[in-house]
Amino acid sequence: MASITTTSRRTLSRQSLSKGPSGWLVAPALVFFLVFAVIPLAGVLFLSFTSWDGLGEIRLDGVGSWASVLTDPVTGNALLVTAKIIVYSFVVQAPISLLLGVFTSGAQKYRAALAVLYFVPLLLSSAAVAIAFKALLDPNFGMGPGLGIPALAQDWLGNSDLVLFVVVFVIAWQFVPFHTLIYQGGVRQIPASLYEAAQIDGAGRIKQFFHVTLPQLKYTMITSSTLMVVGSLAYFDLVFVLTAGGPGYSTRLLPLHMYLTGFKANDMGAASALGVILVVIGLVLALFLQRLGGRNRSASQLEGA
Amino acid sequence: MASTTQLAVPPVAPATRRQPAPRRGKGPGRRPNLIGSLGAWIWLAVIILPVYYVIITSLKDQAGFFTTNPMMPPTEPTLDNYKLVLEKDFAKYFANSLIVTVGSVIPALLVSFMAAYAIVRGSGWFITSTSKLFLLGLAIPLHATIIPIYWMITRAHMYDTLLALILPSIAFAIPISVLILSNFMRDVPNELFESMRLDGCSDWTMMWRLALPLMRPAVVTVGIYNALHVWNGFLFPLILTQSPSTRVLPLSLWTFQDEFTANIPAVLASVVLATLPLLVLYVMARRQLLSGLTAGFSK
Repeated sequence: MASITTTSRRTLSRQSLSKGPSGWLVAPALVFFLVFAVIPLAGVLFLSFTSWDGLGEIRLDGVGSWASVLTDPVTGNALLVTAKIIVYSFVVQAPISLLLGVFTSGAQKYRAALAVLYFVPLLLSSAAVAIAFKALLDPNFGMGPGLGIPALAQDWLGNSDLVLFVVVFVIAWQFVPFHTLIYQGGVRQIPASLYEAAQIDGAGRIKQFFHVTLPQLKYTMITSSTLMVVGSLAYFDLVFVLTAGGPGYSTRLLPLHMYLTGFKANDMGAASALGVILVVIGLVLALFLQRLGGRNRSASQLEGA
Repeated sequence: MASTTQLAVPPVAPATRRQPAPRRGKGPGRRPNLIGSLGAWIWLAVIILPVYYVIITSLKDQAGFFTTNPMMPPTEPTLDNYKLVLEKDFAKYFANSLIVTVGSVIPALLVSFMAAYAIVRGSGWFITSTSKLFLLGLAIPLHATIIPIYWMITRAHMYDTLLALILPSIAFAIPISVLILSNFMRDVPNELFESMRLDGCSDWTMMWRLALPLMRPAVVTVGIYNALHVWNGFLFPLILTQSPSTRVLPLSLWTFQDEFTANIPAVLASVVLATLPLLVLYVMARRQLLSGLTAGFSK
């Protein structure tokens, strides 16, 4: 240990003359990330070609797990549910976050106070949010009868036509605050001179929004959208506690399907195959969104500032 | 990024210089943004109503829960539900959550800070490719790896220990921490490093004596952000622990649900109790957290 430190320090001081710090400084983070993220990623691919019940021996099984996963109609359904959740929650969250972010970035004091309150859902765990909404949405003792609005007194979580929208709403409730913050930060980076110029040109608030704010927020949108879409692939705990995938299979999205296959049905091989599918979808979506943004981000962001 | 660009631009008339926040909507003769305000207040109601419901319900007794209007505060508020939850080993779960959170966040900050320093100040293929790997980590739903992680933890005989939760939590916190910390690290003026280098300081010294103190707000922000995630984490505890002695708070909420079945007020009291520590932390550090997060993600 001691010798490693001295060597790395010597390298450090030699390199510091020209190149900056030694690469050793990234090593601890890299080791953690390799052991608990990169190796497991390889592991999930390997395990998808085995059969394992979670306790006994791991046996190589060729494409057996893949065959069962790909022919199982529940997988197709899980993919469909996941796709719906990604699209719906994007359509709901993105505009709300954008508008709230632009609004709370204003200099007025009360807007800053609103931003403080908007953050509160992020303090709750997904388990807590799910439990709270389960009680709140109860058709007999929840918000519906409390506010005396019969339309709100439905069996929200028991109706397979409605439950997906409830899940999307609860997800938005929990995560819009986070994306609002991202947009708020993005708007604050826009040079004031652009607004002054727009004002001199006689542009009103709406024109300024569409011709200054929106184009300038392009990269913020990509960041937020990437986190939103990749995040949608990780909605596990919220749905697990809120609906457990039900009623029937109507909210059994891919991560939940993976968990239930692996840890409830004890088919770790099939669950790993589902994990691989999850990773591939995440990567493809993220790369697609980055591609939308194009290259050379920092150079163009401040053009004309 | 913004500041470096500005340094390169020759000084211009003060009127066109960038300002910390564009003061829109405050100029003379501007109409107030009525539609915007309306939307903002509606969203506030959407946020606050469930919170209000949870709090008032947790103060009702069971009979009161079934008889009073669900959206009305209890006629005789009671703390019995809180007492019931506290008697159910809540302190133990709280302590477990605290150990796991502190035990993950501090090492994660330490290694991420060092990595961010090297990524911003250093060069070479090793640093560059590590940085790319971390960025890729942001694009991958890391939870897809729970099965191999479960296998590794059981093979290492760590199943059902708090360490089993701490180790993967550190790894999962690294990509986002490195990203945000690097963004802030880029804003530390190069001149400061240069002058310390002329004084003969090594990078190791500059990292702790110069970069760390200057970046304290960013480090605190990232720390709180990670703490939120670990404190509220549910999936790792669910698959890597089993016994009540290693149970953390989010998992305890889930088990309370079964234990208390029809006693909704008690379940909601446990929700309030589990969130209270974060609420206190937030009230104390809200300004720093909000400004740090808005800046950290939008660079």
